Amino acid sequence: MGEHGTWFDYLNRFDWWRGFDGWMQSKLQRKSLLVDMFPSGWSMTHILITLVAVIFTFLGARAFLSGLKTPDQGLVPPRTMNFRNMFEYLAESMYGFVEGGMGEKNARRFYPLIGALFLFILFNNLFALMPGFSAPTDTLKTNVGIAIFVFLLTHYFGVKEHGVAYFKHFLGPMPALIPLMLPIEIVSHIARPVSLAIRLMGNMMADHKVLMSFFTLVPILVPLPFLLLGLLVCLLQAVVFCTLAMVYFGMAIEHEEH
Amino acid sequence: MQRTIKILSTLLTFLVVLGLPALAFAGGDVTATDPAAMKAEGLAENYGWIAIAAGLAIGLAAFGGGLGQGRAAAAALEGIARNPGAAGQIRGPMILGLALIESLVIYALIIGLLLTLKVGA
Repeated sequence: MGEHGTWFDYLNRFDWWRGFDGWMQSKLQRKSLLVDMFPSGWSMTHILITLVAVIFTFLGARAFLSGLKTPDQGLVPPRTMNFRNMFEYLAESMYGFVEGGMGEKNARRFYPLIGALFLFILFNNLFALMPGFSAPTDTLKTNVGIAIFVFLLTHYFGVKEHGVAYFKHFLGPMPALIPLMLPIEIVSHIARPVSLAIRLMGNMMADHKVLMSFFTLVPILVPLPFLLLGLLVCLLQAVVFCTLAMVYFGMAIEHEEH
Repeated sequence: MQRTIKILSTLLTFLVVLGLPALAFAGGDVTATDPAAMKAEGLAENYGWIAIAAGLAIGLAAFGGGLGQGRAAAAALEGIARNPGAAGQIRGPMILGLALIESLVIYALIIGLLLTLKVGA
């Protein structure tokens, strides 16, 4: 049960797309197998689906902003659940989520970042449930990108908050313990983006495979509970990723109070 | 007119979704059985043990994961039973704890999938 065709395979009818794809493949394909996980060859489908998700988010943001231009500055929500209402609801619940994770003071500062990450992962995950698409987050290609992004940002925020003394966190409470604490801290720091990426990928890939296997067995009505499970898993994985990101940021910028 | 459009679009979506499992069968099946050709395809030679390893990987992981998640859910349910008003506040950390325990099972699933691909699934 490997990858399946998506709607974007119809792009291969066009010569210009095939030329572009071949050119990108010649430039970007790994010549050596650094990590030979699930050799699936080269495909640009996940980039295109990510693009669709990002464009969707932009349109939603535009709808939200247009709501702010109403005479009462968007105070009264729309009557029915339309596009703008959905994004207003998402924005408010994400703010509550970030506030719960980071405290009130940091919430304003980190809300755009965590909100964007949450929406990105959520909309990319939800593509797994739609027939004819596959989730970009079930490939390691997208997930390692996001995970490294979070990893670099933790260090950036730590250095911005504490200066170079941030790296004293790696050394532990006492100078005598440095040979013990330093490898442990380094390994645990490296394990963070790896675990973030693999957790998201494993969940999405397993869920997608389960869904596809039930679709091929009995296409009528039996996949319905698995679609519901898939909805739950998509939402949950976005929540878990963002909660862990918030925990990492919080640990990087916390000031120790004795 | 609106109602017709709604019924037609529902029917169309239904038919499209039913037709998509045809796209599910992609990729070549394993056709070689002699060792040289299998090595050329990237498959292992003695694949009996690898298959057993793949089965054991996910089996043990599911076992341990089930125990761990059972404990987490039991603690959460007991907390709700003691204090039904706090059900909303208990639900959040419970879901988070379950997801983090499940991620360990997912790591073992990745290893299982890697091994299964080596024996040519």
